[in-house]
Amino acid sequence: MAQLFHPSANAIAKVTIFGGAFIVAGLVWAAAELYRSPYVTRAGDPISQPVPFSHKHHVSDDGIDCRYCHTSVENSSFAGLPPTKTCMNCHSILWLDSPMLEPVRKSFQTGEPIHWTRVNYVPQFVFFNHSIHVNKGVGCTTCHGPVGEMPLTWQAETLHMRWCLGCHEHPEKFVRPVGEVFNPDWKPPADQLDRGRKLVEQNHIQKLNDCYTCHR
Amino acid sequence: MEPNASNPAPHTASSRPILRRGHTYGSVTEQISAVVLTRPTPRSWMVGFAIGFVLLMMLLVAVTYLFYRGVGIWGVRVPVAWGFAIVNFVWWIGIGHAGTLISAILLLFRQEWRTSINRFAEAMTLFAVACAGMFPLLHLGRPWVFYWLFPYPDTMRLWPQWRSPLVWDVFAVSTYATVSLMFWYVGLIPDAGSMRDRARHRFARIFYGILAMGWRGAATHWHRYKIAYLLLAGLATPLVLSVHSVVSMDFTIGIVPGWHTTIFPPYFVAGAIFSGFAMVMSLTIPVRKIYGLEDFFTIRHLDNMAKVLLATGMMVSYGYLMETFIAWYSNSPFEIFEVMNRAKGPYAFFFWMMIACNVLAPQVFWFRKARRNIPTLFIVSIVVNIGMWLERFVIVVVSLHRDFIPSAWRMYYPTFWDWATLFGSVGLFLTLMFLFIRLLPMISMFELREQVAEQVEKGEPKP
Repeated sequence: MAQLFHPSANAIAKVTIFGGAFIVAGLVWAAAELYRSPYVTRAGDPISQPVPFSHKHHVSDDGIDCRYCHTSVENSSFAGLPPTKTCMNCHSILWLDSPMLEPVRKSFQTGEPIHWTRVNYVPQFVFFNHSIHVNKGVGCTTCHGPVGEMPLTWQAETLHMRWCLGCHEHPEKFVRPVGEVFNPDWKPPADQLDRGRKLVEQNHIQKLNDCYTCHR
Repeated sequence: MEPNASNPAPHTASSRPILRRGHTYGSVTEQISAVVLTRPTPRSWMVGFAIGFVLLMMLLVAVTYLFYRGVGIWGVRVPVAWGFAIVNFVWWIGIGHAGTLISAILLLFRQEWRTSINRFAEAMTLFAVACAGMFPLLHLGRPWVFYWLFPYPDTMRLWPQWRSPLVWDVFAVSTYATVSLMFWYVGLIPDAGSMRDRARHRFARIFYGILAMGWRGAATHWHRYKIAYLLLAGLATPLVLSVHSVVSMDFTIGIVPGWHTTIFPPYFVAGAIFSGFAMVMSLTIPVRKIYGLEDFFTIRHLDNMAKVLLATGMMVSYGYLMETFIAWYSNSPFEIFEVMNRAKGPYAFFFWMMIACNVLAPQVFWFRKARRNIPTLFIVSIVVNIGMWLERFVIVVVSLHRDFIPSAWRMYYPTFWDWATLFGSVGLFLTLMFLFIRLLPMISMFELREQVAEQVEKGEPKP
């Protein structure tokens, strides 16, 4: 009787058994990497806007404070998007004829707000509050990245829950003096951990990592 | 067998052979492999498979609608948040236990009568675990994120809640399924080799050839096989006790009256073996008749299984007795109420049915005549299966529906979809079982050949 299997079947069997485990593990790993990549999270991906607003220009070149536009950041959950009027405070005098600013002038004339595209998005089941973070010494750039260097704004971090919890469990690694919160150029000092621990104590920063802290 | 001084005649019951005398290596292999390879598929197989398949399709519809609408299609309402799904889960996982007991513990104790029924019982275990494993997932509010139960590096920094019995179940059941599958498959390899050599059709030869993994029956193969099989038996043995203990702790961790008792783990394990043996019996009796396998599934097997049923039935009865006693002894009004509510409350009928099925029915097995009467065995085994399902119903639903605060009491009524899922899971089980009978040798041929050799050694007339 002829042999049922060619001798190569041995090799195929071994590859199937070991490869099965490794290929499955590899696929899981690839899926996990993809899920964390900017392709899915959009972190680091500049978002196009109806007006090519540059934080780099307004923050770094002009030195405008964050709160000039994001007025409610200190006492509301929402940082606030400026009404067109805020833009026109300057742009009724500066760059009057710039074609780039045409949508701003149109919005001011018609009263219809500019349709900005949202950059940082947390799902509706997350109760995020800007004011508590800002008042306890979490700086704008800690989460939003180097805003003063962004010609078009991008999301700086993954906004994964794991990322949120990184700070919620070890706030001392990230907090800064409350006076430095709106400083776009603040860099953590060499002894951040020591200073951070003191700030945590001083400002009564709690490690809130219960589910219902954010999922209420 | 001639009695002599050094080897006195054993008790008559056990002197009945576990394999009818007069079989040779060839006749054993021929008769068992023929069921799959040469004999025509019996009409009863067709009918049974069709019934199982139709029920399986009903399961598909029920599960699809469940995923579409959510668990609200079932009768589960607070306070009875655990309805049929958990009842069915515990029932199925319990049924699985007989297979592991037969294959692992009886192997280690050298109970040779396990030989004919072990493969069949292990297959039953696998399919029962498949049915069981489905229910906790279906019972999840968001079944599509079931993988959150596993500890894996996710983006949420979630970690399983190790204090949750649901997580214990995941590990208990997945370990059980893995070990059962390995044990069953390793035990199948030598027979897959025989099937490969006997099959005529090229496709069948390749199918069994792949399963046999190059088995040639060489001495080294047998040597390694024996070691691997013994190791797996050692691994599977603690699972017989641990899996259903973990399942019982799903209940005991809750403070619900009727759940919060220390007797649950052993009482659940005994119940599991009780229901499992009943299921083995319900399946082997028709199969031996249809395929004419009375030489292998002998009266001795049925007799022994009936004794196991009687013994475990008595253990379960002791569990019922102790639950009642401890409720009284605790002097806790809630525990006492719970016992009274079982016996006299709105679900009293099911409680007394359970007592009739699990406590009274197996008592007939005190009589040898009953243990050897096929219709009696079959009917009692079915009755015990129903009784054990009712036991889980009593534990889950009756305990929950009236707990501490009367204002929170509420009746539980299963819906059409509850029943469809229960019978659908029976369909899944039957379908897999019928496919197994049709495609694989349902009795371990090589182990029976060992029995033939032993009969010869013991001085049987040479075949």
